[in-house]
Amino acid sequence: MEIFGDPAVWLPWTFAALMGLSILIYVILDGFDLGVGLLMPLADAREKDRLVASIGPFWDANETWLVLAIGLLLVAFPTAHGVILTSLYMPVFIMLIGLILRGVSFEFRAKAPLAQKSKWNAAFFAGSLMASMSQGFMLGMYIMGLTWTWSHIAFALLTAVFLTVGYSFIGAAWLIGKTDGVLQARAVGWAKGGIWGLILGIVAISLATPFVSERIFAKWFSFPQFFYLSPLPVLSGILVGYIWWQIRRLPQEHDRRAWGPFSAAMALFALAFGGMAYSFYPYVVPEKITIYEAASAPESLFIILIGTLFVLPAILGYSCLAYYIFRGKATDLRYD
Amino acid sequence: MDTLLLSRIQFGANISFHILFPTITIALGWVLLFFKLRFNATGEQKWMDAYMFWVKVFALSFAMGVVSGITMSFQFGTNWPGFMETVGNVAGPLLAYEVITAFFLEAVFLGIMLFGASRVKPWVHTLATFLVAFGTTMSAFWIIVLNSWMHTPQGYELRDGVVFATDWWAIVFNPSMPYRFIHMLLASGLTVTFLIAGVSALRLLWGDRAENVKSTFRFGVITAAALIPLQILAGDFHGLNTLEHQPAKVAAMEGNWETGPNVPLLLFAIPDQAQRENHFEISIPNGASLILTHKPDGVVPGLNDFVAEDGTLLHPRVAPVFFSFRVMVGTGMAMLLLSWAGVYYLRRYGAGDMPRLPLYAFTAMSFSGWIATLAGWYTTEIGRQPWLVQGLLTTKQAVSDVPSGMVLSTLIGYLVVYAVLIVAYIAVITYLARKATRGELATTRNYARSGEAEVAALHPGE
Ligand code: HDD
Ligand code: HEM
Ligand code: HEM
Repeated sequence: MEIFGDPAVWLPWTFAALMGLSILIYVILDGFDLGVGLLMPLADAREKDRLVASIGPFWDANETWLVLAIGLLLVAFPTAHGVILTSLYMPVFIMLIGLILRGVSFEFRAKAPLAQKSKWNAAFFAGSLMASMSQGFMLGMYIMGLTWTWSHIAFALLTAVFLTVGYSFIGAAWLIGKTDGVLQARAVGWAKGGIWGLILGIVAISLATPFVSERIFAKWFSFPQFFYLSPLPVLSGILVGYIWWQIRRLPQEHDRRAWGPFSAAMALFALAFGGMAYSFYPYVVPEKITIYEAASAPESLFIILIGTLFVLPAILGYSCLAYYIFRGKATDLRYD
Repeated sequence: MDTLLLSRIQFGANISFHILFPTITIALGWVLLFFKLRFNATGEQKWMDAYMFWVKVFALSFAMGVVSGITMSFQFGTNWPGFMETVGNVAGPLLAYEVITAFFLEAVFLGIMLFGASRVKPWVHTLATFLVAFGTTMSAFWIIVLNSWMHTPQGYELRDGVVFATDWWAIVFNPSMPYRFIHMLLASGLTVTFLIAGVSALRLLWGDRAENVKSTFRFGVITAAALIPLQILAGDFHGLNTLEHQPAKVAAMEGNWETGPNVPLLLFAIPDQAQRENHFEISIPNGASLILTHKPDGVVPGLNDFVAEDGTLLHPRVAPVFFSFRVMVGTGMAMLLLSWAGVYYLRRYGAGDMPRLPLYAFTAMSFSGWIATLAGWYTTEIGRQPWLVQGLLTTKQAVSDVPSGMVLSTLIGYLVVYAVLIVAYIAVITYLARKATRGELATTRNYARSGEAEVAALHPGE
């Protein structure tokens, strides 16, 4: 095989793919549990417990995908890691504070005296909001090439809002699957309110991306590449249509299709992400550093790859096991 | 203040906050497994009650550990880009192995351990508890490997100023790793046993005479008494190892200025780096020579050997290393006294009839493990300065060029959040102890032990 000839070529490529995969898994998984956090203020006191219960056993593992993604960036592309994180210093800080608030509120809200519970609920919401907004902001800045100009900041603020609404949509879609009765009906309502964030976000990014860089423009609008890319918008359109049509008819008898919106939303995230990956390849810092320039020594990458190949299937396996064990509708969380 | 100093303070603050919680989770995981196994073996309800109480503390500590750990993994990129650019080829794989072998294991099985008791078979729940404990220990292993390599690097070569790994075995089993790993695991064990003894003592003081309180008190005191001599021994070996590899650090720990024989052990002094001498010394003659070389006239390195021709200092700031070392050892000695006295009182009076004085003492020492652990890390880490990776990369070379105002504002942000969280953490543990004393935490469910009939362990939709 030709491409396996030179480890300086296929190793960076493999690691970029692995990193992309973990970012995607992170965005979907932590996306839904951040989204559930965003919906907290809309729920009443008892429902709040149900919301938290629906993500309680999962959120920690979900967040670990972020640690893996940032770890892979760090280990596989050290120079890019430094450049990206120093230029996103502030939003990263806000995200971290958000994740801290959120992660500890899970525990504190259940263990602190009852009188303080509402404060920790508020911290839970605030943390989810900070994390989602800053992730959206970073996404926008990344697309704009990590340069801090006013117009770029404005665009990033826009993506921040869209991603946040998008997260709350996928959170609502998760709740449709995970809850029943009145709460499920309300979740359907929240999903109706949130779908536009997802759509506008994807549209905004798709419109902006080719105009930021001539290279990407050429990649999109020249033949025959145009045809490689065309299934993406078409499929996305179909999925959006499906979600739209589904949510109007939910909830159905016997809980049929309750997981439809969530599955479709996952696919939508994946498509949007695929499009971005296609556009930015081979750059890891947009228009500045390619994955091949930023990659660590092949020896080091190889030693990680061996471990990863053995361990990743195990991780995926026992993650699925956890979702299987905690399948079904969310009930109250108890330690016993 | 400049970016370098602020970044150092920020990193120090973040890691100090982070390490508090791993120190608890690493050993508490094993303690929970022990409670669970005792319950499986004896069927006595008190072990399940103990498990149920401490698993709450575990969950809380774990959450604090996870979120502050995520902050840590971003710190390298935001504040120390030079670190990864220079030693990324070594540090990267070690961190990656930590994530893939340890973090996922803990994170996934934590869910099952905490909320799965009624959903899976009892042995699966025990296994999940084991895997979580194993995961935290693994992650401690990998991060300590990296940290030890930064103190005693080997198994690499330099090409154009960038480190390339040549021998992974030598990197992982670098000279200071075994000492540091063992010392850290024991530190974690001591922190947890003193916390358990302290909280149980508090409940005894409040008049709680439940079986599980007496048992956890006994468990805490006896385990602590067994661990502390091991820790002192491990610390001694660790110091000898440091003497071999980082003599400047040992010179600062001992507060010794001139290399020579018959160096006294300073119990107290105020080192003065400008005058290069100590004030107010209280010392034991030949003590340092005896401890470090096991001979009264053994030669101990002095700080004045580590000053370059042009006067630049090649040794760390003396006072912080000197004092934090004494805080750690002092705490260790206090632990020795108290835990052994505790064992004596246990034999004499039993847990239920303990006099109040030792109970107050244990309550006061609840978080003493934290103090010793932090002091130990300060000794180690400040003692390595000005190096970030000993002999290879200075801290100054690694710092990022973000404006100092930005570092300052984020630093303040972190400090405020951390202060609030520490207060909340301690308050909630106290509150949980209160509630348990009032008997509100006792579990209402009956448990199957391993091997007993499994009652509807897995029914969908529960
Ligand atoms: C001796 C132990 C030790 C030390 C020195 C450190 N850690 Fe740690 N870390 C742990 C022991 C640990 C642990 C016991 O494994 C934790 C604590 C609680 C937990 O959930 O896992 C953890 C959690 C934890 C997490 C969250 C993992 C998850 O999502 O489950 C991250 C990302 C880090 N750490 C990263 C770091 C970094 C970058 C460090 C150094 C600069 C560091 N830790 C020092
Ligand atoms: C967990 C316990 C630890 C504590 C309490 C701790 C504490 C500290 C402190 C106080 C400093 C500042 C020294 C100074 O500037 O004077 C420092 C430096 C440093 N340590 Fe640690 N450390 C710990 C573990 C680690 C680990 C596991 C790593 C890496 C894997 C690490 C990497 C560093 C780095 C990169 C610096 C340089 C930045 C600086 O000088 O602040 N530390 N640490
Ligand atoms: C009382 C006798 C003790 C001695 C002689 C001792 C010795 C040492 C020495 C020499 C170091 C510095 C290692 C270096 O040079 O890098 C160290 C570090 C450390 N100590 Fe101790 N120690 C003692 C007690 C304790 C106790 C009671 C704890 C905690 C409960 C503790 C926790 C630590 C930690 C966490 C570190 C930093 C990590 C490491 O380098 O291992 N020590 N100790």
